[in-house]
Amino acid sequence: MSAPAGLPPRPAGAVAAYPGGPGGSREAAAPQGAAPRCQNGPVQSQMQFPSGYGSHPPNYSAPSGHYSQVPSKAVSSHLDNQYRASYQSPYYSAPAQNVMTPPVGTNVLNTRESQQFYNSSTPPHTVGLTEGPAQGAIPSGSYVYTSAQQSYSAFGDHYNTSVSSSVASQGFPLNSDHYAMPVVSSAMYPNVSYPPAATSSMYGQAFTSQSLPAAGQFKETNTFSSQSTSVPHSLQQHVPVGYNSTLSTISSAQSFQDNLSKSLTGSVAKVNNQVNRGGIDSSQPVHSVSQNVQLTKPGFGAPASSALISSVRTPAPGLSSQPRSSPSITQSPDSALQEALDSSSTTSSASPVLNNYDALEGGGYPETRSVTNSPVPTPPAPQTSKTSKPFGYGYPALQPAYQNTAPPTPVQATNPSHHPGFQHYPQQYPGVNQLSSSLGGLSLQHSQQPEGLRPVNLTQDRNILPVSSVPAPVPNLNSDLRKLNCSPDSFRCTLTNIPQTQALLNKAKLPLGLLLHPFRDLTQLPVITSSTIVRCRSCRTYINPFVSFIDQRRWKCNLCYRVNDVPEEFMYNPLTRSYGEPHKRPEVQNSTVEFIASSDYMLRPPQPAVYLFVLDVSHNAVDAGYLTIVCNSLLENLDKLPGDSRTRIGFITFDSTVQFYNLQEGLSQPQMLIVSDIDDIFLPTPDGLLVNLHESKELIKDLLNALPNMFTNTRETHSALGSALQAAFKLMSPTGGRISVFQTQLPSLGAGLLHSREDPNQRSSTKVVQHLGPATDFYKKLALDCSGQQTAVDLFLLSSQYSDLASLACMSKYSAGCIYYYPSFHHSHNPAQAEKLQKDLKRYLTRKIGFEAVMRIRCTKGLSIHTFHGNFFVRSTDLLSLANVNPDAGFAVQMSIEESLTDTSLACFQTALLYTSSKGERRIRVHTLCLPVVNSLADVYAGADVQAVVCLLANMAVDRSVSSSLPDARDALVNAVVDSLSAYMSTASNLQQSMLIAPNSLKLFPLYVLALLKQKAFRTGTSTRLDDRVYAMCQIKSQPLVHLMKMIHPNLYRIDKLIDESTIHVNDRVVPQPPLQKLSAEKLTREGAFLMDCGSNFYIWIGKNCDNNFIKDVLGYPNYASIPQRMTQLPEIDALSSERTRSFISWLRDNRPLSPVLQVIKDENPAKTDFFQHLIEDRTEAAFSYYEFLLHIQQQICK
Amino acid sequence: MESVVFIFSLIDCCALIFLSVYFIITLSDLECDYINARSCCSKLNKWVVPEVIGHAVVTVLMLISLHWFIFLLNLPIATWNIYRFIMVPSGNMGVFDPTEIHNRGQLKSHMKEAMIKLGFHLLCFFMYLYSSTSAAFNKPVG
Repeated sequence: MSAPAGLPPRPAGAVAAYPGGPGGSREAAAPQGAAPRCQNGPVQSQMQFPSGYGSHPPNYSAPSGHYSQVPSKAVSSHLDNQYRASYQSPYYSAPAQNVMTPPVGTNVLNTRESQQFYNSSTPPHTVGLTEGPAQGAIPSGSYVYTSAQQSYSAFGDHYNTSVSSSVASQGFPLNSDHYAMPVVSSAMYPNVSYPPAATSSMYGQAFTSQSLPAAGQFKETNTFSSQSTSVPHSLQQHVPVGYNSTLSTISSAQSFQDNLSKSLTGSVAKVNNQVNRGGIDSSQPVHSVSQNVQLTKPGFGAPASSALISSVRTPAPGLSSQPRSSPSITQSPDSALQEALDSSSTTSSASPVLNNYDALEGGGYPETRSVTNSPVPTPPAPQTSKTSKPFGYGYPALQPAYQNTAPPTPVQATNPSHHPGFQHYPQQYPGVNQLSSSLGGLSLQHSQQPEGLRPVNLTQDRNILPVSSVPAPVPNLNSDLRKLNCSPDSFRCTLTNIPQTQALLNKAKLPLGLLLHPFRDLTQLPVITSSTIVRCRSCRTYINPFVSFIDQRRWKCNLCYRVNDVPEEFMYNPLTRSYGEPHKRPEVQNSTVEFIASSDYMLRPPQPAVYLFVLDVSHNAVDAGYLTIVCNSLLENLDKLPGDSRTRIGFITFDSTVQFYNLQEGLSQPQMLIVSDIDDIFLPTPDGLLVNLHESKELIKDLLNALPNMFTNTRETHSALGSALQAAFKLMSPTGGRISVFQTQLPSLGAGLLHSREDPNQRSSTKVVQHLGPATDFYKKLALDCSGQQTAVDLFLLSSQYSDLASLACMSKYSAGCIYYYPSFHHSHNPAQAEKLQKDLKRYLTRKIGFEAVMRIRCTKGLSIHTFHGNFFVRSTDLLSLANVNPDAGFAVQMSIEESLTDTSLACFQTALLYTSSKGERRIRVHTLCLPVVNSLADVYAGADVQAVVCLLANMAVDRSVSSSLPDARDALVNAVVDSLSAYMSTASNLQQSMLIAPNSLKLFPLYVLALLKQKAFRTGTSTRLDDRVYAMCQIKSQPLVHLMKMIHPNLYRIDKLIDESTIHVNDRVVPQPPLQKLSAEKLTREGAFLMDCGSNFYIWIGKNCDNNFIKDVLGYPNYASIPQRMTQLPEIDALSSERTRSFISWLRDNRPLSPVLQVIKDENPAKTDFFQHLIEDRTEAAFSYYEFLLHIQQQICK
Repeated sequence: MESVVFIFSLIDCCALIFLSVYFIITLSDLECDYINARSCCSKLNKWVVPEVIGHAVVTVLMLISLHWFIFLLNLPIATWNIYRFIMVPSGNMGVFDPTEIHNRGQLKSHMKEAMIKLGFHLLCFFMYLYSSTSAAFNKPVG
């Protein structure tokens, strides 16, 4: 590939146009205009090229046809004249930015595809290729480069000025011609795409920093950084793509991916034409998210092969099927690439397998499907976009600079997996306040008082809930670092401004800690294969984007400040085939990366995937009927179990005895071996109990078919769970793996037997709640033994009566397993739970899994971690041992500041998760988060992340209730609010002490804490079963932040008028976006229908006078009276409101691992209490209303 | 008789000193990551009961032999030992629980406790040494 130098300096043209002011529509995206001609095919485009590039003849030995991608959207019918105009312009490159802001009223229009342009910047490969990887290439390249740069920078300046003048759209001229004359390009803009009204100064941000070539100097980009600040992420995501600074050296593979992804997004964008309506609602967020989601599709493995460094799941399958328009072009690049690979093979090797693997392994989200399937009528243009794929091959190195920008994309985009698009929503438009608050961190730089600090009078301001979900605060970093920073979904800190000293932290009265979701399903992840993984020699930190390069040969660790040498191999960037630019390596360009580890990182050969199912078959279990569901789910998903050819599987059942199943290949049918000596359990046969899934598949299927009926007449009521677990441990200990335990009652025999400890009369006690801790250490010991043998135990508890979850949960807690609880499970009496089990199992069986994992969390010198929350075993001070890791596990840690951080302005945190994939590869996933250090209390408050704070407090409160008592924990929660608010009020001297004032960043704090106090885990006075309470506590400890927040503070939407709501497009579905409602009965009107999303439950509450049309169209019943008491599904009715409601619900569902149960509730339904107890702003007989709680806090503060 | 009591106390105290040193070494090994929490805790838990007994014996001995001052000196620590042993939650694996030891600064507080005990036992050691020698010298006189 070409050395970076070889690139013509052409900024790609991604421009962000933000037409909407606060009220305006924000669709923005940067669609790129492609020249119409380009669309026809690469060939033509080549023709054109010369003219465009003519100015830089030396560089191009071969014309590159990037444009092919561009056109995709251009084609679409909705292009309006404006758009076209841009095409017409001689410089077709200019169009890149057309944002089409539709004139008000018209639907449709936004194509957002930001990215196509980067292609234009394609460097000629030939240069790099011929030269060979090393320095030979450099001289020529660099030389070209510099000249280019100059012109470029000139442009940049110009650009800046335009930005400041608040032109919403900035375009980067793609053509060199343009670029020489920036003025022209900017002039073009207004004409082209934007309605003048739409420009808002706020959005003026620029991508400038990115577009400027960082060229030789690593830091150079900073210059422009200030401008970029105000961009909401989603925009950034799109935008960056477009522009690559031509210079970036990064990996060809990545750029390739980008191409793909862009083209994908492009096509997607077409799909999603958004309907704009005037006003706030109309401004749909750019759902970069959703688009990204689509990327997840593991598509074709092909790209992988060409990529040295490949991001995981780039390609959408849809693309692969696309016709490649220009074979001639693609081929040549391919061969070139091939050469490149060969020559570069010494340093790192590309492994196609990786991509495939990931693709296979990642739990794809359903959305992806739709993308591929979506029958989009593709006009000629779209096809061209598809050509991008060949393109990618051919010109992988083309977009160097892109890399800089690229990282943020995946990161921020990542939300999608949980929340496609939605999260960013609030940021996008909702009005000045919202906007500014969401950008609070950013605005710090500019305004006197950061938005996060704006005082909010809680007792007077009643509408503090945002319109949609609460965004994570953005750390106040310069735009460069911010772009590189880890996604808040993977890694979040309670204080985005780290206090300098412990004294300052103590003054703020807020907990300092991290919330991690390290193994999240990611849509895009750079995977790096390299023979040496560069790490700090003293603290073993992995090299990351926040290290500083002292010179070409040395880098300074950002955690311990040791100066390290850059290894020879690292000097060479295999992707751009350039030498001497270590800071352009993908490790240094992405804060979330995955390394393929060498054998240094193994204590033994990577283990195969081993799954053992331990099933309760006592009378109680058979009666509940769960066996059928489990066996059917397993049968369905047997082929989808993550694993390779070595995958092994086994079954154990137990009642008062333990039954083993010999599935040895060659047997005519499964053989049951019963061991009745439960006090001294042994394995009846040394082999045949855990068998290779592929070799014994028939026997396994036979067994699964037979199992549900084998015990139908059992009269055995006892359960020897402990013995079965011991047997399972013995069976698993040689390999490690996963044990899934299904238990339906209190273990009553043998080791680990338990007694009922719950006193039903105490369920609603307001005083002490006992027995929150385990009754015996049997399960804990077993878990530690398992953990030592790399075995995790997952518990499914399906019981109708008390089963002492507090004790049983220990088996999962310390072995890094997970816990599922289905209270009053019965296959026919409680179909909702049965359905939930089925869906959960599907996810459980097919989701990604990592074996024999360890996770280490490192932080900047001076910070230390003192407490860990989650399911794992802390093996040494900072090493968490995770026998298994799954994508749904979240962790939290608390930190203290041991030495003051006065000598640094940035604090960094790094988690490294070393695991064995189900394909037997040892991998390391590294996340790095960088946060500013501040020395004033006000800044600490300005950067507080209220959701993270609340989640961490919840974790701490669980510990407190187990080790001390529940009332103690409740008091601690209330005190946390009282202390922090009073500390804040005392810092702000000008505030009236008689009011309850909170900084804007913490305005939701009292509400969330009140919600916590009313949560099952911590509530008192309301009847709560002990197991329910303990399960809620387990959830708090092990759920990642996004899911936990829903549990704590459910979302309430009004759904009877969804047709009028604004919508977003996810794949080819229209998803309405009703605003969040306060959790208060005052919001429930008898005329409406409401949906409450509590994480694991959906409630639809139908008002008495609800519109009959709604009831008929959505619920399928003629009127209110005829709605049945128990309704758990919405019928598929061919009506718009039904369709909207269903798409909204399924959209909510797609975002979470545990499938929620839907319940339709009428006014006189007994389930009504479940619904109303979630209305946490209301008063109950045992707890305060929100307003009372505020008064209570105020009283406490005044004391 | 007097000297026998003190010589026994002396020996017992030596043992407790060694035990404290052993605790400190093991805990600092854990702190430095030389051993893992599981093995550290199982090592230490083994010695919790002997420590309690060893200390309780001296305390009782002092009470019986009517050395009020030394008895009162020993009493708080002996009570603390017993209290700590009794108050271990049912689900924990002993005073030192591998799953808890890295949380909430427990490791540090265990370390601090072991240090304090070491100092205390050293103090007692010299006290017993002095008492036993003085008892031995006084005997012929008395």
